[in-house]
Amino acid sequence: MFEAKLLEEIRKAREQWEREVQSGQGTGPERKDAFTTMGGIPVKRVYTPEDVAERGIDYLGDISFPGAYPYTRGIHPTMYRGRLWTIRQFMGFGDPRKSNERLKYLMKSGAPGLNVAFDLPTINGLGSDHPLARGEIGRDGVPVNSLEDMEQLFDGIPLGEVSTSLVIAYPPIPSMFIAMAEKQGVKPSQLRGTFQNDSICRDVGANVRVVPRRAELKLCVDVVEYATRNMPLWYPISVVGYQIREKGCTAAQELGFTLADGIEFVRAFVQRGMDVDSFGPRLSFMWNAHNDFFEEIAKYRAARRIWARIMKEKFKAKNPRSMQLRFHTQTSGVSLSAQQPLNNVVRVAVQALAAILGGTQSLHTNSLDEAMALPTEEAVKVAVRTQQVLACESGVTHTVDPLAGSYYVESLTKDIEDEAMAYIERIEEMGGVIECIESGYIQKEVTKAAYEYQKKVEKGEEIIVGVNDFLDDEQPNIKLLEIDEAYERYMCRAIEDLKARRDSKAAEEALDGLREAASRDENLMETTMTAVKAYATLGEIWDVYRERYGSFDEKAHITGL
Amino acid sequence: MDETIRILIAKVGLDGHDRGALIIAQSLKEAGMEVIYTGLKNTPEVIADIAVQEDVDVIGVSILSGAHLVLMPILMDALKKHLAGDIPVVVGGVIPPGDIQKLKAMDVKEVFPAGSSLESVVAFIRKIAASRSKGTVE
Repeated sequence: MFEAKLLEEIRKAREQWEREVQSGQGTGPERKDAFTTMGGIPVKRVYTPEDVAERGIDYLGDISFPGAYPYTRGIHPTMYRGRLWTIRQFMGFGDPRKSNERLKYLMKSGAPGLNVAFDLPTINGLGSDHPLARGEIGRDGVPVNSLEDMEQLFDGIPLGEVSTSLVIAYPPIPSMFIAMAEKQGVKPSQLRGTFQNDSICRDVGANVRVVPRRAELKLCVDVVEYATRNMPLWYPISVVGYQIREKGCTAAQELGFTLADGIEFVRAFVQRGMDVDSFGPRLSFMWNAHNDFFEEIAKYRAARRIWARIMKEKFKAKNPRSMQLRFHTQTSGVSLSAQQPLNNVVRVAVQALAAILGGTQSLHTNSLDEAMALPTEEAVKVAVRTQQVLACESGVTHTVDPLAGSYYVESLTKDIEDEAMAYIERIEEMGGVIECIESGYIQKEVTKAAYEYQKKVEKGEEIIVGVNDFLDDEQPNIKLLEIDEAYERYMCRAIEDLKARRDSKAAEEALDGLREAASRDENLMETTMTAVKAYATLGEIWDVYRERYGSFDEKAHITGL
Repeated sequence: MDETIRILIAKVGLDGHDRGALIIAQSLKEAGMEVIYTGLKNTPEVIADIAVQEDVDVIGVSILSGAHLVLMPILMDALKKHLAGDIPVVVGGVIPPGDIQKLKAMDVKEVFPAGSSLESVVAFIRKIAASRSKGTVE
């Protein structure tokens, strides 16, 4: 990007400047011998045009314009000048009625994107009345056992007018959602939103596994195949890096592992017979926004560049929209502290700003009380307002990708890209991401990074304000959300009531139909939908899947220890 | 008598958040302890069975799901049923400050909320294991 003669002049001037700095003229020693990003990438004292030139970064080839390949600067030409990101707060707790109230509260607060978390039994394919569900109902999300629960959850919410994200994989819950929308008079073709539907991130990031891995992948592909045919406005998969990052990997590993996850899914869709440009424009991603401001921004920029090239070069996509990496971001939960919880408001604001400068399409900001419990309404409101302040008051939305051309940010974008690409290539050589989970490679890499980070915190090499420095004895005086055990009793009774009221013959027949379709390895969306409409429960439907595929063997799982 | 402390690191219920459990396990190993890890998705009853079979000196339970006030009493009762109520139990994870006393009232010896240092966990486990082997745990 710079002429050789100019670079030579810059080199000479820099060397002179460095000699002066080394000799200590007018300055003392630096605070540390070496500086690195949170992920361990060395950071120099200062960056110059030389760094951009040395790495061969080419403006038109590698950076280019917003909305132009390889989309480093963003997927839309006007970005936030055209439309701001969607404020999309993740929520779910208690029971469907309680969560319905919270959804409406969020909409009223100016957070128009709905984003539903399901509780642990629901995401594990277990009814609220299962022995392993004891104590877990409504604590980490909303429990949904049947179409009836889904109807309560979205009661009074016009699904034709909002966009809804469901953090769930496999056919049962998407089927309940689609069937519920139809009862509202909204056709699948009119629905806007996202199913997370990434079995791999749930497996390695969140330890959620129901049936063996290849069967889980097949069930996710079923959802995508159905949506590609019937739901043109829907994003049927969001490939997620968030959870694995929370588990402790670095920013570059988050990209490497997750884009490898994306490759595995694209391959599976193509093997199912889908054209890459039929589903490519409807793929989406989800990233973490962690503490190291510039490293995170570089990560989002690198992600777009890598994915565009993978889709174009490896999968031969023709439609530019297939090459555009669109993403949701959530600020880092693990970065929050239970100590001095008000400090979390500041952490979240910095992380959110990184996501915005990185060009996110939608954003969840965590609440200040989330190191201790699910958030209260008051805490959620501050989180929503944080986004609104950044959107309306900071001025960062006036121009697209304002950090492009920063010698540091462009160098770091390239560093992250190179490190992530090295992981992607290694994973591909080892047979793909599922192989690398089965061998324990990814878990071990993540645990190692998490442990190394924790040791730095122990030694005080990483400072966490209020946790290992700037301590005080003041006990936090904030009200926390408590989840009543009454929700559990209510949900278990509701299953009993439903089973007594429904047409049991119709439910049985629908489950038999599902069983037959499963034995023939068909796409299970339609038969699951039939079962859902006959008020078969989540637990019953999953029992049919488990009958066909077997349960995941947790005892044989490699943990990364 | 073998001086090596045997500790069971346990995940209870459906909670899949194992970052903390794995880091603690690693650091207890490095501190010279013998660590047995239960893996995921265990009922409290199963954890009590494993603790008894493995004859551990201490049980460390990791819970980030919010289910601690439901699952911990079941675990403590199951240990008593096995006549193993004397095995000291500690808890770590996402625990609201107001719940710490409630857990201690169930005879949980200590609670390590998010942000606790590895050093403080290792030191407490050494202390509690030592006092148990001398029969001085109150």
